[in-house]
Amino acid sequence: MAGTPGRRSDLYTLSGALPVLIAAALFAWFLGMAPAVAGGEVLRWAIPWVPSLDISVSFLIDGLSLSFALLITGIGALVLLYSAAYLDGHEHFSRFTLYLTLFMLSMLGLVVADNMITLFVFWELTTITSYLLIGFSHAAPDSRRSALQALLVTAAGGLALLAGMILLGVAAGSFELSEIRAMDEPFTEHAMYLPVLILFLLGAFTKSAQFPFHFWLPNAMAAPTPVSAYLHSATMVKGGVYLLARMHPTLGATDVWTWTLILFGGFTAVFAMVMAVRQTDLKQALAYTTLMALGTLTLFLAAPVGYAITGMMTFLIVHSLYKAGMFLVVGIIDHETGTRDARLLGGLARAMPATTLAAALIGLSMAGLPPFVGFIGKEILYAGGLEMPGAMLVLGAALTANILLFATAGIVAFKPFWRPAGGELPKSPHEGPWPMLAGPLILAALGLGFGLMPVFIAEPLVAPGVEAVLGREGTVAELTLWHGVNLPLILSLVTFAGGLLVYLAHQRIRAMLAAAEARALDFDAGWDRFLDGLKAVAGWQTRILQSGYLTSYLMWIFATMSVTLLVTIGLRGGIDRVPVFPMLDVTHWIVIALVIAGSAVAVFSISRIAAIAGLGVVGIAVALIFVLYGAPDVAITQLLVEMLIVVLFAVAALHLPLLPREGFRKLHALVAVVVGGLTTALLMMASDGPIDRRLTDYFEIASWPEAFGRNIVNVILVDFRALDTFGEIAVVVIAALGAYALLKGAPDKEES
Amino acid sequence: MKSIILMTGARLLLVLMLVFSVFMLLRGHNEPGGGFIGGLIGATAFIVQAIAAGAADARRVLRVSPEALAVVGLGIALASGLWAGVFAEPPFTGQWYWVGGDSYETSAFSLNTVLVFDVGVYLVVLGSVLSLALSLEEEV
Repeated sequence: MAGTPGRRSDLYTLSGALPVLIAAALFAWFLGMAPAVAGGEVLRWAIPWVPSLDISVSFLIDGLSLSFALLITGIGALVLLYSAAYLDGHEHFSRFTLYLTLFMLSMLGLVVADNMITLFVFWELTTITSYLLIGFSHAAPDSRRSALQALLVTAAGGLALLAGMILLGVAAGSFELSEIRAMDEPFTEHAMYLPVLILFLLGAFTKSAQFPFHFWLPNAMAAPTPVSAYLHSATMVKGGVYLLARMHPTLGATDVWTWTLILFGGFTAVFAMVMAVRQTDLKQALAYTTLMALGTLTLFLAAPVGYAITGMMTFLIVHSLYKAGMFLVVGIIDHETGTRDARLLGGLARAMPATTLAAALIGLSMAGLPPFVGFIGKEILYAGGLEMPGAMLVLGAALTANILLFATAGIVAFKPFWRPAGGELPKSPHEGPWPMLAGPLILAALGLGFGLMPVFIAEPLVAPGVEAVLGREGTVAELTLWHGVNLPLILSLVTFAGGLLVYLAHQRIRAMLAAAEARALDFDAGWDRFLDGLKAVAGWQTRILQSGYLTSYLMWIFATMSVTLLVTIGLRGGIDRVPVFPMLDVTHWIVIALVIAGSAVAVFSISRIAAIAGLGVVGIAVALIFVLYGAPDVAITQLLVEMLIVVLFAVAALHLPLLPREGFRKLHALVAVVVGGLTTALLMMASDGPIDRRLTDYFEIASWPEAFGRNIVNVILVDFRALDTFGEIAVVVIAALGAYALLKGAPDKEES
Repeated sequence: MKSIILMTGARLLLVLMLVFSVFMLLRGHNEPGGGFIGGLIGATAFIVQAIAAGAADARRVLRVSPEALAVVGLGIALASGLWAGVFAEPPFTGQWYWVGGDSYETSAFSLNTVLVFDVGVYLVVLGSVLSLALSLEEEV
């Protein structure tokens, strides 16, 4: 990994240094907005994009956006710095930093977008870039599978979200989230509220991996560790949480909202923590704690009151700090010892003092011990939970999750460093390089610093964030370490005691859980079965619909057309007026006779040439109709096309055998009669009513003075509607080239 | 199956039909005709040649590949449409230039993008139909 001696580190190349600088500069830029936002200002920019659809590229910065933006750019800078050392000498290093930078920018766009369509574009960009990042080690099948799984699950949710956004935009009359929030009438009483809510929740729950969509997130650990650190702390998975927070003023504070979020969030949090204790891979354990954090955030977003939302905002920041730091620490351990197995690792404190320090500080914050910011976050969650509907349920879930989180912190941050090793390590451990240590140490210091001086996050981030989530001034809980002896403090003490017990017994619990897991429902395998089923259905319907026989294609097309027409006519109350046959001249009767004779030859002949010639007669009869009604251009074109078709078919058919005598094909006859009858009836109905002549009149008047042409058909083709014509001739060229490729490009039968 | 009569006749017909196709193309703006019809007639001329003397002979007379003709035609049509953009008008707005005067009545004749566009259509139809017809002819 270290590369050849004397080689310049990737950090000092353009692709190593530039992304770090970009992220740091963005961080500084957003930090500069903090005073204004803390003062209650909301910053907004808008550029028209598709004005006719009321879509603009608009950005809005309030407390919520700013908190997210600072986490994204700040942690982004540290992670990019870390990656330069972690992936130093990797053959695709530049590609990696490109993906990661693109991902960071997409995420940033997501949290500052005000227009829903803009937001959606960035939402999907994070999906795509995260797909590239998770599948970065594309040579590994596991990695590819995980990437595809994450892509499919989140993109499916994204589609639901798009539908929800369009529904909301149309129902509310605006695509600007700030405008929708500012409306007098609450959207929660709109008839479309429930469908919109369900679609938004689908989008948010898939992105934020809420149960039952949770399975993709632990699999996403196939990504290199810096990616996991980034995706799981401040970004990607928080996208769904951000969306819920952003929509809280619009969609929140109803019973459906509250209970859905409590149930899904609470269950996800507890379930995730049980799974976390079960893992032996440090990274997997952390992945499940991320799931727990997402569940907890969702759970507290259910609340309509300020206290719980304060808890949510604080925990959001707290979690990002300790989770990014912890992942980076695990990355260092993996990088310097060659393993992430919790059963194996131990005794690293002596060899890796700086990492140990960072791990200890981060672990203490993660466990929620004072005076770290994690303690404040936990206290405020408990305090907020007491105010929520279903307080017992919320507190029960939060307490269980936190007890297990405490134990996991011990497994990840304490045991590998201080307990004796469980076996021989693949590499003899040594300290990581400084770019890798910088991130964890800075994040650890922030965890301690914000714990001692919580005002630094309370004023600029938490309080404006709570206001943004509630859409109004809310009671913001005060962030301090000491609230006096109250229920949250007692719950904290219970957490510590419970957590310690679980930690001490974790090896036995793990064995029990492993046994239980073997019997439980496996969502990951279920996903595979689902995909297999989908592929089987796709294969089955393709075999039926696209058999490769021209006859069967025509059957399907015409049968579908007949059925849809009949259903439409049936639904519209049948054919309401009987069309009147106009009086016909002798010339008309001749044309009709020609059509019938041609059709009869085409249907009954056993010679292909005769059949094609019969069709040609029908075509020429149609050309005659055009002549009779004064459309010489159309008539000439029709005549030429008919001739060419007959010639081309004749060339091909000359070498084919006679048509097989299959007897009378009843189904074909039925479809043919139905299609012909329906088309005739519909045409007669359509021409029965008064014809709107406005366009005809316009072209007749305008053709000469505006386009200097007397042949209206041609003037329309080459002037008034030239763009359409251009599209048509482009299609002609594409079709010709396609046919050419088919005829000439196919390998000869002798060769194959 | 090569017939001397058909081959001799086809050579004459080819010239006549090509001239006629250009005639149809040019008169199209005021009388029945235009690029589509002209292109179809031109294609028919070569197809007659192909039937009489074989696809290879038709290709030799055509000199360039039909696919190239079609693509060049599409390019000409596009260029004529984009020309309006030079004068900050919407694409495909017809541009007219009067030679020997300043209006339709006073000028001897006009140069315009509309006809150029129709020439593009002519080439696209000619090239595409021929590409299909000659390939089919050679395939079987």
